[in-house]
Amino acid sequence: GKDRVFNTPLCEQGIVGFGIGIAVTGATAIAEIQFADYIFPAFDQIVNEAAKYRYRSGDLFNCGSLTIRAPWGCVGHGALYHSQSPEAFFAHCPGIKVVVPRSPFQAKGLLLSCIEDKNPCIFFEPKILYRAAVEQVPVEPYNIPLSQAEVIQEGSDVTLVAWGTQVHVIREVASMAQEKLGVSCEVIDLRTILPWDVDTVCKSVIKTGRLLISHEAPLTGGFASEISSTVQVA
Amino acid sequence: MKKMLTAAVSRVWSGVAQKPTSRVLVASCNFSKDATFEIKKCDLYRLEEGPPDTTVLTREDGLKYYRMMQTIRRMELKADQLYKQKFIRGFCHLCDGQEACCVGLEAGINPTDHVITSYRAHGLCYTRGLSVRSILAELTGRRGGCAKGKGGSMHMYAKNFYGGNGIVGAQGPLGAGIALACKYKGKNEVCLTLYGDGAANQGQIAEAYNMAALWKLPCVFICENNLYGMGTSAERAAASTDYYKRGNFIPGLRVDGMDVLRVREATRFAADYCRSEKGPIVMELLTYRYHGHSMSDPGVSYRTRQEIQNVRSKSDPIMLLKNRMVDNKLATIEEFKEIDVEVRKEIDDAAHFATTDPEPALEELGHHIYCDNPPFEVRGTSQWIKFKSLP
Repeated sequence: GKDRVFNTPLCEQGIVGFGIGIAVTGATAIAEIQFADYIFPAFDQIVNEAAKYRYRSGDLFNCGSLTIRAPWGCVGHGALYHSQSPEAFFAHCPGIKVVVPRSPFQAKGLLLSCIEDKNPCIFFEPKILYRAAVEQVPVEPYNIPLSQAEVIQEGSDVTLVAWGTQVHVIREVASMAQEKLGVSCEVIDLRTILPWDVDTVCKSVIKTGRLLISHEAPLTGGFASEISSTVQVA
Repeated sequence: MKKMLTAAVSRVWSGVAQKPTSRVLVASCNFSKDATFEIKKCDLYRLEEGPPDTTVLTREDGLKYYRMMQTIRRMELKADQLYKQKFIRGFCHLCDGQEACCVGLEAGINPTDHVITSYRAHGLCYTRGLSVRSILAELTGRRGGCAKGKGGSMHMYAKNFYGGNGIVGAQGPLGAGIALACKYKGKNEVCLTLYGDGAANQGQIAEAYNMAALWKLPCVFICENNLYGMGTSAERAAASTDYYKRGNFIPGLRVDGMDVLRVREATRFAADYCRSEKGPIVMELLTYRYHGHSMSDPGVSYRTRQEIQNVRSKSDPIMLLKNRMVDNKLATIEEFKEIDVEVRKEIDDAAHFATTDPEPALEELGHHIYCDNPPFEVRGTSQWIKFKSLP
């Protein structure tokens, strides 16, 4: 109804700030930022307020019932401000969870899990999939657990890791590699960026011995660097 | 095929343009040089006096404003056409309907003053001195574009014109900063900082107001209120739609933005106010855009076609100026028709250039990231494509 779903004026910092305030009282708040590129005015609110609320109040207060949704990733004609993938900026901040689905079925389950999760979550929705993806989605609610990566395709020669739109790209790559090079690829969708499923990825790399991570965000400081260094330490 | 058609059309128009000149030379002897007009009063906030209620328009200025507004109108419609033909990709925010704002603002300031605005900037690009060719070529992403094809619709720049900004409201603090530089350099220049009714609700604008007032910066904050922020009407987004009062401790005035003379007088007044070191001032221009927010917005899901039609028939800025000048014998209808023809030719030429100029070379993708840095390698869309980052 109109009192539960409404438009706000144009102020990202305000939108997230209000969301945190609502969540602190215990009510569920789902804040939408029109594009992930515009989430930066709210960066202070997310990193300094939302992420640290529970910690600094000694668990007296928390804004766990806050979920922030934002369209994410490239869409072909987005240019500078409608194509960004800022998951790496948020991966650097303890206290929040960052989730990226790859398909409608995944999106519903992951979003419901984010809403129910008792930590503030940021849910990035690949915008190119809004019109491109078609899938059968059950009408009843269902959850997909957070912080669990999914092995979409088993393989033995190399592990391919991605999230969001890139999962579909590396799936194609895996089948091309199989066809043309006879290489068997294990494809993993990371799903949750923070906290990420270290075990699944490491187990896979132990099996195959090789790892390739692919993401849309810029190279330097992108989340792939975190994954690759953790895997090498393990 | 398209190129042939545009070439044929421009040939036809140039043929037509030759004829009426001789007739007009005879007729122009009967014109008055200028006329005095009464213009609508402005609503004032925290101001004792406002801009004058009457203004003198010379024949020369009138024809100039008409030509500029008509050029902007035709340019925007041409951009619409090019977008639908997929020569222009990405985003395109058109300002037809708001021509009186651009032209009036430019008429009220000096070329040495500074202007910064949001993404609905094509009109201001033109009034600030960019040629139609460079604007259309920038829209189509070609080398001849004003930003060398790398900026596109939202990132066009010219001398003393700082864009063209994609993020809503981000240009507020930037404009206040430019005003600070004006004050510091002491050259008696002002900065016009434009934003829309949607951006007026951004926190950064309030921050810019505060700093500008605190340090008495020569900044004219101009809210182009076209009544809709994307698809949200102003009443649904703002607690107070009196945007000229939103500066709170900053004086403001509300101006009819469809009347180019009204905008010119108000801008002169506001710029003089700032130049006399009284601090910033807020100006709200009540205007309207005929197109939707951008090319992907039909523009009729949140307002009625009737409303758009009403504005077009009663308050169209070009029509208002033309009627005024004709009724007061400053020009004839034929003269205006002639200007229309010349403008059409200019736009068609520019469109032809914009669609035939080559695109920038792919290597330029890595240029201008840093300045004076030794060149490093920039990864392209795959590991095997690399660009050199030249300054």
